[in-house]
Amino acid sequence: MTAIPAAARAYILAVILCAAVAAAPVAVPAAVVPWPTVLLLAALYAGGELPARRRDGDDSAPVGAGTFFPVLLAAAFLLPPAAAALVPVPGALLGRVDGPPAGVRRTWRAARLALATWGAAHAYLLLGGERTPRAPDFPYALVPALAGSLVCCLLLTVLDGGIRATAVGVPPPRSGRWGRVPPPAVRRALSGSAAPHCVHGLAGLMMAVLWGSSYGPFSALFVLLPMYISCWIFAQYHRERAAHQATIRALVQAVDIKDRYTRGHSERVGRASVLIARELSMEEERLEVVRFAGILHDVGKLGVPTRVLRKEGPLTPEERRVIELHPEYGHEMVRGIGFLGEARAAILHHHERMDGSGYPYGLVGHQIPEFARVVAVADAFDAMTSTRSYRRARPVPVALRELERCAGTQFDPRMVRALARALERHGWQTSVTSDEAVPMGPPRTPQSPGAGASHQIRTG
Amino acid sequence: MKDARARRPVRVLHAIHAAAVAVAAAALVWVVSHGVAQPVNALAFGAFIAVGELARWGAVPGEREPAPLGAAGALAYALLGECAGQPTGHGAFQVVAVVVAGALVGAVPHVARGQGPALDHVARRVLTVGFAAVCFQPLYVSGELGLWLGQGPYYALFLLVLLVLTALCDAVLAAVMLRAHTGHPFGPLLRDELRALPGIGSAVGATGAVMALAVAVAGLWALPVFCVPLLLTQLSFRRYAAVRATYGQTIASLARATEVAGYTRQGHARRVAELSTAVGREMGLSGPDLTLLEYAALMHDIGQLSLVDPVPDGATASLPPAEQRRIALLGGAVVRRTGVPPAVAAVVEQQADPYRDQPLAARIVRAVNAYDDLAGGSGGRAGGALAALEQLRLGTGHDYQPEVVESLARVLGRVLV
Repeated sequence: MTAIPAAARAYILAVILCAAVAAAPVAVPAAVVPWPTVLLLAALYAGGELPARRRDGDDSAPVGAGTFFPVLLAAAFLLPPAAAALVPVPGALLGRVDGPPAGVRRTWRAARLALATWGAAHAYLLLGGERTPRAPDFPYALVPALAGSLVCCLLLTVLDGGIRATAVGVPPPRSGRWGRVPPPAVRRALSGSAAPHCVHGLAGLMMAVLWGSSYGPFSALFVLLPMYISCWIFAQYHRERAAHQATIRALVQAVDIKDRYTRGHSERVGRASVLIARELSMEEERLEVVRFAGILHDVGKLGVPTRVLRKEGPLTPEERRVIELHPEYGHEMVRGIGFLGEARAAILHHHERMDGSGYPYGLVGHQIPEFARVVAVADAFDAMTSTRSYRRARPVPVALRELERCAGTQFDPRMVRALARALERHGWQTSVTSDEAVPMGPPRTPQSPGAGASHQIRTG
Repeated sequence: MKDARARRPVRVLHAIHAAAVAVAAAALVWVVSHGVAQPVNALAFGAFIAVGELARWGAVPGEREPAPLGAAGALAYALLGECAGQPTGHGAFQVVAVVVAGALVGAVPHVARGQGPALDHVARRVLTVGFAAVCFQPLYVSGELGLWLGQGPYYALFLLVLLVLTALCDAVLAAVMLRAHTGHPFGPLLRDELRALPGIGSAVGATGAVMALAVAVAGLWALPVFCVPLLLTQLSFRRYAAVRATYGQTIASLARATEVAGYTRQGHARRVAELSTAVGREMGLSGPDLTLLEYAALMHDIGQLSLVDPVPDGATASLPPAEQRRIALLGGAVVRRTGVPPAVAAVVEQQADPYRDQPLAARIVRAVNAYDDLAGGSGGRAGGALAALEQLRLGTGHDYQPEVVESLARVLGRVLV
């Protein structure tokens, strides 16, 4: 991880050189640089970045990067470009970094922010914004300000795209272990960050206007408070979200306490359900819900007496009836969790069969909710490909053949085909247990079609 | 005696509403008789406040500030001195009148959809904005403020001090109103309000000040431009509230697992959680402490999932102490794997210890759990409740803290009668 590819090294060096050239005019003796403003803004930015990054060192929730971003844009609006480029440097050099080559990361961050600020300042000047802070004439003053923030956004996105392309090639995961697969497309990154940058631009404009007014720099600080609070609350949001997901895992692990041999089964069913749903090109939000449907499908087993669940050997009809109550127990348990939506129906109906011989209601064909049909296939697939106390795991192709045999009577053929296609594309690993962090999504290395024989099956 | 206790807070509520109505009426009469000063400003701010009130849509019930834009606009108008370099002279009465008019216009669509305007919120808005305006406008209009502070940094500092005072005033009002509605003790409610001040409240205040200053420098265009960051803040708060609500639902479901599994009686976890938070509030807990107590109470029986055979009725209170402690430790182990703060797991683990070794939350959970087990979960029957309380009182030497049991008795007295 510590080794940096040569291409990335060269790229970082080039960006640093560009930043140095951009800031060079400051060193010219004749240059007029409002040093007090530069120093004040730089100190403000550094002071803002330090506590924001250092708080809760153990906790991976992103403390909204860019609480103090409006400071940089205000600098771009207040200072000549070369001087504005200096403002982010101390904060970027002092702030906390996430990874091991700390020096390189800090320098890179400083150079990238300096270039972006410099670009914003230039765009702002080009559109005639230089008079704005002193005598702001709205609405025209908005044009250079928004242009400046968009240029800043564009530069940041392009620079980041470059480092991603030249370095390892794998973008850092954007969200936690339960998060979505990161969207690598630069276009999407750009469209996602343009709106926040415009908001930052407005805040920066506000700061610049107040900074230049008779009320002085102190009043400009007021602007930062709402920004800081929304970033703080955003970080809280992420922390709470992570806690929530951990709680759902706990719900699953509570099943594991009772039913030991299904360890990891829930997670894998969740994963397989997402594979199927993605193959059917469902939207991103529904993928999240289907994942939860898969993970929680057996949660009702909590309601089945432990003695029955752990019983070795054949079950009596009475015991079988008790076990067959678990979809209803599960539905009853998650009834109150609003966001699960369709997943609740999937939990209730995941043992229905297409020919109507399933339980609890004996629904037929498309009466069975879509998610329940997805989860049924994923559940059966994982049950066949993992080792249980009473039999060994079967290989993936054998399991798929078995699923295809039962398609139409027990399973929805559409879901079975989708699973087969997805497995051809992504492969399958059965080694994930519920104790370890689950890397979301399959490994990103695409396999050649028809590589079915190379599926690795490691049971764990 | 109970009636008197219940009626007094409601009378306070009526008094607050009456005061707000009186202030608003006086302001309207004054404006009608004296005419509107700087009608363009008044119209712009009034429209802004009305639009801000519309943003109430989609508010989560119990949201601390459902219309932050309206609040910020009202504050900005109260603290408005100059407008684009020209001095203004609208005075405190006109501020209140414009705020009332804006809020009423903004409430029309809500009323049309059948959701009445939140009377409490409007009353609070009128009184706090009136406070800020009365503190600022006379000083400004008479010219004293300009003489003392000029138009420099001290002026901005003065606005800041005023905002802090206004926020304090608002917190006290909010706590009084909550007390009137819920009957919870005043101290913890006020503490809750004060603790929430750095949240949306300060963002609203800061935006109000920024808008007042920015309008002074750049004119009315500053209003729509500079409210955007506050909108962002509101959005963040909504998302946070949504995820918190979901989290609460999930924890409640996890807590219900023991009921579905047949280890505990129907609704036991929910009853224990509700009673525990009521007792906690009675004993002066607030904010995060109450949340911690609620989560611990919801999940206190989770350790029973590890038992192969259920305890009869899930009534752990009648088990031998060693067994109780074992179940508590198992529960703590499960809770530690959830995302809740470790303190919750600690409470669950210590719920069966003698009360002198326990943190307050665990004492409350222990007593309330025992109460619910002993009273048979009937809830309504006063006879079972009294017998259960009596049994708890007998255990105050070692198991249950006397103060907790007495608070429980008081809370039950309110609920059962």
